[in-house]
Amino acid sequence: MTPFPDIADTLHWPRVHTIGVDGMLVCFSDRLDEAANRAALAFRKALEDADLQGVLETSTSLASVYLRFDLRMTDHAAMRAALDALLHEDDWYMATLPTGRTLWHVPAVFGTELAPQLDEAAAMAGLSPDQAISALCAEPLRVQAIGFAPGQPYLGQLPPEWDIPRQTGLTPQVPEGALAVAIRQMVLFSVSTPTGWRHVGQTALPLFRPDQPEPFTLRPGDDVQFVAVTREEFENIRRNDTLGGATSQMAD
Amino acid sequence: MRKIYVHRAGPGVTVQDLGREGWLSQGLSRGGAADRLALAEGAALLHQPTELAALEIAGSFLNLEVSAPVRIALTGAPMRAVCDGAPLVWNASHALPGGARLELSGSEGGYSYVHFGGGIDAPVMLGARSAHLAAKLGRMLVAQDSLALGPDSGSRTGMTFTPLPRFNGGLLRLVETPQTRLFSPEQRSRFTQTAFRKDARANRMGQRLVCPSEGFGADTGLSILSETIVPGDVQITGDGAPFVLLSECQTTGGYPRIGTVLPCDLPRLVQAPAHADLHFAFVSMEDAIALERAEADRRDGLGRALRPLIRNLHDIPDLLAYQLVSGVTRGDELEGCKP
Repeated sequence: MTPFPDIADTLHWPRVHTIGVDGMLVCFSDRLDEAANRAALAFRKALEDADLQGVLETSTSLASVYLRFDLRMTDHAAMRAALDALLHEDDWYMATLPTGRTLWHVPAVFGTELAPQLDEAAAMAGLSPDQAISALCAEPLRVQAIGFAPGQPYLGQLPPEWDIPRQTGLTPQVPEGALAVAIRQMVLFSVSTPTGWRHVGQTALPLFRPDQPEPFTLRPGDDVQFVAVTREEFENIRRNDTLGGATSQMAD
Repeated sequence: MRKIYVHRAGPGVTVQDLGREGWLSQGLSRGGAADRLALAEGAALLHQPTELAALEIAGSFLNLEVSAPVRIALTGAPMRAVCDGAPLVWNASHALPGGARLELSGSEGGYSYVHFGGGIDAPVMLGARSAHLAAKLGRMLVAQDSLALGPDSGSRTGMTFTPLPRFNGGLLRLVETPQTRLFSPEQRSRFTQTAFRKDARANRMGQRLVCPSEGFGADTGLSILSETIVPGDVQITGDGAPFVLLSECQTTGGYPRIGTVLPCDLPRLVQAPAHADLHFAFVSMEDAIALERAEADRRDGLGRALRPLIRNLHDIPDLLAYQLVSGVTRGDELEGCKP
């Protein structure tokens, strides 16, 4: 294999890149794409089931699968050949969603001083604040990946008018449970953090509870439907409900 | 149960092991000791598994007391180590009697480690004992904390070794990332010709580097798709300065990465003092793999590279109390810190 495939020279998807010395990345797209996201989730499942010698860990991001392997148990050529064989076993872009997915209903306050960038983000999407709230709560959003911080979902995909860039500057701090938007996605923050995404909503959903038997609330492939509540309703939920008022049911 | 009691702890003292695998897909990075080599060195000195947990001191200080006789080893960034008034040699194993107080100070930065025979028996959280500060798993130690130790099946102390040189900066070798060629050849060339220094702002998530000239950048805009990140990735953030991701890094990110530092060179980065120059050089994947495998073999052979600790006679406060046979000591009989 070519150790450093020049991405500009590679015309076909999926593509396999090296990541560090002991990792590979199987990319199904360089854009956010429903089919590529399903492909990534299904391919990772197949990779786990294949139980290849020397593989230490696998994960998915929005449109790709990462694997890390033990250089003393396998080598790049063997790993690349195994990945190519597995890629040829199926049309991964036609894969169905994983089974056992959960549909979550999550209360959120949009706007107010709790989520001060709703008006700005709505304007960038060409919508009034009320239209924006309706749009963000219109349909369930898919947990396309979990990443950056523990349990933190990338949710999508929003309609094209939400293809708004990140801010050039960073918001110094958004609180845990903040719901922020950019590039047709929402992120629900699991920890308080600086961000370039615009803070449009606030939830009380805990995403990472290490002391619980199930420490991570959401899984890749789950659906999340936001339900707009008033500030008063939200404060009541935050005081009284350890799950932030969220309810869950089988998605399929 | 044998315990250690913390009397004083500066910031950044945590329990660390090799970290937790298997949670990347849930957004939790592996974490673990900033200098993983130092864990292997401590394990070799105490002849016990590398998986056992030790204390990591991130450039501060620590005073502790042991409840019972324990074996310890000191590795990583050298500190001044004193046990009940007697100096202890760094990069060595020692026997401490019950009730002994160990004082560690004088760090010049970097990460120092205290290993205990049997390891620290802190609670296992998601498969590891490591504190993962970014994920709010575990926390920094403070005065009044006490930690249990695991059962120690070993007995040998008074051993030392010569550590891999990594405390003066130097060369960090890189492999390419899928984004490396988003940086122009001129940018890449200038990157490898620049002498960087560590920024004072650093934590277990990453190390920002200070760039003496103008910053670096790739033409990717603000809408690049967030993609998998691994420790060693050199991310170029908005201000053009390189930011090297470390053990507690985020799992995905949207900034382009100009290269990935080899795992075997990361100890040289985390242990570099503030005034030391750091350089980057790209190596081929074939060379990188060979370097990694060679270092893994060397690490496995650390136990065979140990030698008895011969103390400088001037450092022994009560020389006449020792029975010296032909003027030569085996080393370990001098190791009780209360002679």
